[in-house]
Amino acid sequence: MKKIVVIILSSLFSLTMVAQEKKSKNKKVEFKVAGNCEMCEKRVEKAAFSVKGVKSAEWHADHGDIHLIIDETKCSAKDVAKAIAAVGHDTEFVKAKDEDYDKLHGCCNYERIE
Amino acid sequence: MFKNIAFLLFFVSQFIYSQETIKGIVTDENNQPLLGANVFWFNTAIGTTTDGNGNFTIKKSPETTFLVVSYIGFETKKIEITSNTISVVLKEVNTLKEVVVSKTKKGTEHSLYKVQNIQVMGQKELLKAACCNLSESFSTNPSIDVNFSDAVTGNRQIKMLGLTSPYILIVEENIPSVRGASQAYGLSFVPGTWVESIQITKGAGSVINGYESISGQINYEVLKPSNDIPFFLNAYASQDERYEINTHFNNKFSDKLSSTLFLHGNTRVGKNDMNDDGFLDGPIGKQVNILNRWQYNDAENGIVSFLNVRYMNDEKQAGEMSFNPDTDRLTTNAWGSEINTEKIEISNKTGYVFPEMPYQSFGFQNSFQSHKQDSYFGLSQYDIHQKSFYSNLLFNSIINNTKHKFTTGLNFTYDDYNEFVAVNFNRDFSRIDNSVGAFFEYTYDNTDNFSLVAGARVDNHNRLGTFITPRLHIRYNPWKEAVIRASAGRGKRAANIFAENQQLFASNRSFSILNTDGKLYGLNPEIAWNYGLSFIQKFKLAGKDAEVILDYYRTDFQNQAVVDIDASPQQVLFYNLEGKSFANSFQAEFNIELIRHLNFKTSYKYYDVQTQFQTGQLQRALQAKHRFFANVAYETHIKDKGQQWKFDVTYNWLGKQRLPNTSSNPVAYQLGDYAPAFAVVNAQITRTFSSTFEVYVGGENMGNFKQNNGIVQNENPFGTYFDSSMLYGPTFGSMYYAGLRFKIKEKKKDQDDHIHIEDEEHNH
Repeated sequence: MKKIVVIILSSLFSLTMVAQEKKSKNKKVEFKVAGNCEMCEKRVEKAAFSVKGVKSAEWHADHGDIHLIIDETKCSAKDVAKAIAAVGHDTEFVKAKDEDYDKLHGCCNYERIE
Repeated sequence: MFKNIAFLLFFVSQFIYSQETIKGIVTDENNQPLLGANVFWFNTAIGTTTDGNGNFTIKKSPETTFLVVSYIGFETKKIEITSNTISVVLKEVNTLKEVVVSKTKKGTEHSLYKVQNIQVMGQKELLKAACCNLSESFSTNPSIDVNFSDAVTGNRQIKMLGLTSPYILIVEENIPSVRGASQAYGLSFVPGTWVESIQITKGAGSVINGYESISGQINYEVLKPSNDIPFFLNAYASQDERYEINTHFNNKFSDKLSSTLFLHGNTRVGKNDMNDDGFLDGPIGKQVNILNRWQYNDAENGIVSFLNVRYMNDEKQAGEMSFNPDTDRLTTNAWGSEINTEKIEISNKTGYVFPEMPYQSFGFQNSFQSHKQDSYFGLSQYDIHQKSFYSNLLFNSIINNTKHKFTTGLNFTYDDYNEFVAVNFNRDFSRIDNSVGAFFEYTYDNTDNFSLVAGARVDNHNRLGTFITPRLHIRYNPWKEAVIRASAGRGKRAANIFAENQQLFASNRSFSILNTDGKLYGLNPEIAWNYGLSFIQKFKLAGKDAEVILDYYRTDFQNQAVVDIDASPQQVLFYNLEGKSFANSFQAEFNIELIRHLNFKTSYKYYDVQTQFQTGQLQRALQAKHRFFANVAYETHIKDKGQQWKFDVTYNWLGKQRLPNTSSNPVAYQLGDYAPAFAVVNAQITRTFSSTFEVYVGGENMGNFKQNNGIVQNENPFGTYFDSSMLYGPTFGSMYYAGLRFKIKEKKKDQDDHIHIEDEEHNH
């Protein structure tokens, strides 16, 4: 609960910040992506890389954060979150559709973000 | 909405019951309870197992809310704990999934994800060979064969894929270290305790380190001052009166600057003649070896820099028991040899990582080395002094994203050789070699099951000419826990025919170089292609971790500086290859962890190494066609204060080896066509009393196998037939040793070290 409050606050905060900042070509971003295992890792990273402007993407099962370096002139963190949600993984910003979640392999059926 | 309320409730309940335990039940899909399922907090060692009814209780963890539940034959589940009672249903799997349990790190790791066929030998593996220098560190590794080069100097020679060490690029932290003049003895000038880890790459190496590697690459990392312990002591003594001492003093001047002083001394005072041939079994002598290493780390600004300053002096005396160098040097009073080596080295590497872009970096390496060897063998003399400078500038970055990486750069090598050979001729081979090169290496990784490294370099060398060196590596994971690798590459090198074949000086063979038009002692550069294919499958065998490794490599020489000792037992001929020369090697390895802490490794190796000599296409002499290797390592659980027992046994069997042709010698001096098959057993026991003190005892060649005819015509070493280079096995029998290690650790580091021991196995 506390986490969620923090997340919402920080995301609001960062969104307002972004509006004022100059667009960086090497912007470091991180946000929560739900997942379990090594298969999830591959799927999440692959989805992140499919977005043009993503230079580096690393997701770790242990803390569930994805670490990105993106070119903000080409994409935004939200674009990446959308792409990840489209392959069935809930993110801090965008939730996956139930049908996409159901397509995941058995071991990847993580606890969904509420 | 309901879930939100539940969440809220959970938050409250967590608040109230934060000291409480969690109760749960683990069942399969048919609601049958699972006995003995593992339940533990994610990324911790805190856990429990279920009882006969599948029930468990576990105390809440302050670090994590994720619980991992695993059971052999079932999919591992990671669950976020949102209430105090849970029921977990595990799904059965047909293909056994890897269990996410932290486990003790193995001594040698075979990666499933790296592109190149690299084995990493960690400290644990290195400690299995208690003695004493890098040339002896490989005795527990099946990919590298360690042989004695001759019966006089006691020098050990390593081979990979059936080819001797000159065809292996040996680098210290990616700076070429054992090359040129140091080829024969260089590995014995690196004390084992200095080494943090060794990476062995089979087949074509990376283009970044040069064009010379043909059969593989060995990189060794020296201990880093920034994470070293304040003091380390190792003392060793063996039955043949060899004594070694190593001390490391580490000081951290600030968060950024640290330094280690490594002092090594060894002395071999025992004059032993176990095989009664009148000759010392191993040389007597002494070595002083000093390294001062500085490290500067500025993580915030992305700078890491190392400075190494080294001095080494090694003296060896070998030959007849009665030989006295003061009166008998270069006379026929008695046959003797002295090899004195002095080495000075200064090297620096600096790396810069762009703080905003962790995937982009610069590296700059510079090294100056002086290697001076003065030696005589009976009446022959060999002096070589190599002064070399090596510089390498690298840039790493990406193309679009980290799936496409590249490394590019320039390097420069300068070698000034003073070389003097006095055998059946006296000649000065002094020369200067230099080369400049540029390289580009591209790495593609689909972040899943495929990656490749494609590299090429262009070099201009004053003797080798201008040439291109291409290398390619591919990795593919066809299914779970398996990897297929393929590699191909070209290597080119200038053979240092005398430095690399010094064992032949300890014979009365006459030397001749048959070609005169080449730029390297009259010979042409050596050029070879290496192709390799390897397959690794990891699996569970009756619940035990096991792996099978198969690999096949072929090296094809387009030109070779052929060393022919078969034309006549009284001659050594050097000439350019005319015809075929190749080395095929096949290796099958099977490793299993039989029970927890009991590892069993076996391997079988087949070599077909042939060269076109003047007398015909022959199998390479002194090379066993079949070899078998087994290693059993057992260690007890580490107790509270670090007490532990470790046991290690290695068995090496070598099939028959072709011997150089001696059929024209008188019958008494003939060796026959083949050497018999034999086996050698080494064992070691280590007792750790605490995390700072341990002792070890061990035995080498415990079956007491001896080659008794290691020196032909040993009774008259100035006679026509004298030869100590036809050695296929050990000349001394069994040998026992003992030693101790003592450490002083930093207070706060104790905890880290304990965690380190139960480190997770990282495959990435």
